[in-house]
Amino acid sequence: MSAEVVPGVAPLVTGAATAAAGPGLRRRAVRRRQGLRVVLLVLFAAFFAVPLLALVEFSTRGSGGIGGSRSLSGWAQILDYPDLVGAILSSLELAVLTSVLSLALLVPTMVWIRLRVPQLSRVVEFLCLLPLTIPAIVLVVGWAPIYLWINYFTPRAYQSSPLALTFAYIVLVLPYSYRTIDAGLAAIDVRTLSEAARSLGASWPTVLVRVIAPNIGPALLNAAVLSVALVLGEFTVASLLNYVNVQVAMNNLSQQNSSVAYAVATASLAAVFLLLFLLSLASRRRTRGSSS
Amino acid sequence: MSPRRVTGGRLAWLGSLPFLAYVGLFLLAPTVIVAVGAFTDVANRPTLANIRVLGNRTVLDSFVNSIALSAASAVIGAVLGAVLAWVVVTGNPDGTLRRAATAVCGVLAQFGGVTLAFAFIASIGNQGLLTLALDQVGPRLSTGWLYQLPGLVLVYSYFQIPLMVLVFLPALDGVRPQWREAAETLGGSSWQYFRHVAVPLLTPAFLGALLLLFANAFAAYATAAALISQGAIIAPLQIRTALTSEVLLGQANAGKAIALGMILVVAVAMTLYALVQRRSARWLR
Repeated sequence: MSAEVVPGVAPLVTGAATAAAGPGLRRRAVRRRQGLRVVLLVLFAAFFAVPLLALVEFSTRGSGGIGGSRSLSGWAQILDYPDLVGAILSSLELAVLTSVLSLALLVPTMVWIRLRVPQLSRVVEFLCLLPLTIPAIVLVVGWAPIYLWINYFTPRAYQSSPLALTFAYIVLVLPYSYRTIDAGLAAIDVRTLSEAARSLGASWPTVLVRVIAPNIGPALLNAAVLSVALVLGEFTVASLLNYVNVQVAMNNLSQQNSSVAYAVATASLAAVFLLLFLLSLASRRRTRGSSS
Repeated sequence: MSPRRVTGGRLAWLGSLPFLAYVGLFLLAPTVIVAVGAFTDVANRPTLANIRVLGNRTVLDSFVNSIALSAASAVIGAVLGAVLAWVVVTGNPDGTLRRAATAVCGVLAQFGGVTLAFAFIASIGNQGLLTLALDQVGPRLSTGWLYQLPGLVLVYSYFQIPLMVLVFLPALDGVRPQWREAAETLGGSSWQYFRHVAVPLLTPAFLGALLLLFANAFAAYATAAALISQGAIIAPLQIRTALTSEVLLGQANAGKAIALGMILVVAVAMTLYALVQRRSARWLR
């Protein structure tokens, strides 16, 4: 495979040949390279598209196999499974809680570090990026005893509530939130802005909420969307700590009623893709706006 | 207003206390629990019994399988990803292809877990789209391999290739067209340019990406767990077994030893990555 990478069927076109035969040979080589690119692109597109199409196809398959009629009964039956609906709602709540709380934890800290204790910035960066190096499956092993304690101190009625996962999820989104917020803060003059606000009598909370936050709005949105996407797709931690979120419910259901499970999978995937795609569109418009 | 120093006084670090406390409790404490737990028994007495679990036939095999799976999917992902990155980079740098490819790869590199497993079961599983479609024209495709190591290699490629594109595009961008022109002016063929200029230049970046892909595959759990519900052919699935049945095994901390083993493998890969990265940064910027 790698031999085909060689820019445009190279071995035939030696330097001497190019010089002797003039631009004709070279043009042919370029055209053959274009052909190769198109073929490769189609192959890659097929590899990435087929599983996604198959997912949609499976969730709408009727009685007659793949050639038979389409049916939306899998989608319609989602509402017949109250546990599944509950899990979907839990995941949405988790997504909101995680994105809001992670911002509330990170933004004040990062602003404070920049203004007052820059010597701590390397430490904070290291800590925030650490979850990229320690696999979630490893962290789960360490979280298990901690969650026993959390459960011990929660009132019995709330003990099985998956919202407790927020604690773990905030850690999982740390690297992504840190990077986006850091980029946002680097683009503005935090010191001047906050000193101006302080000299006009603003309190620290006011500075954060009414001066810094509006100025890094896009970065905050970015971080929140990434958190939502990550939480909606999270399976490892929830399943091993015995909480039911949408991914766990989906996985459990796939044994009994696969078309419903695949419908939910398709829907959750579509939601995440849409969120991330809108995000990339929005950020491109911004970078273009700022560069022009 | 009282005059304040530019950087805060001795107590200024207290402002970051909530963050440090949170990270200490939910990130550092779990890591310490794993590291210490690997060397202690249920009553917190020091022991090497857990570490000895790593020498078990099944556990050892799962590590070998995990490393083989990660290496295979990293090599496949890196080679095919580099090809795709080349296709993308030889196009118009501001064109639609470039923008669409980066956006799609950004999304697909994060794609994994139950949904990815479902997508492949729906394609080449027993009742999958491709399986049934091929049924109509020829012999039945065997589907059992999807739930074993070869299947995992294929499924992992689905997020490894896009990740490679994201990581390798900047390196390819760093290759100046002038270098190619210089090689051509000196009479070098495309093959000579590729062999003596492009490959040596890109090797450190390629190796770095390879290590990153390796660590990425090694740490992945959800996709494999959704695909393989019984048994534990790779190390992350051994952790699942240890967590769900540790009371039965009587080895409460066996999972921690396996987790520690995983940390070590990832740490080696990431250290090598950092070393390679330092070298590749010298040329391509």
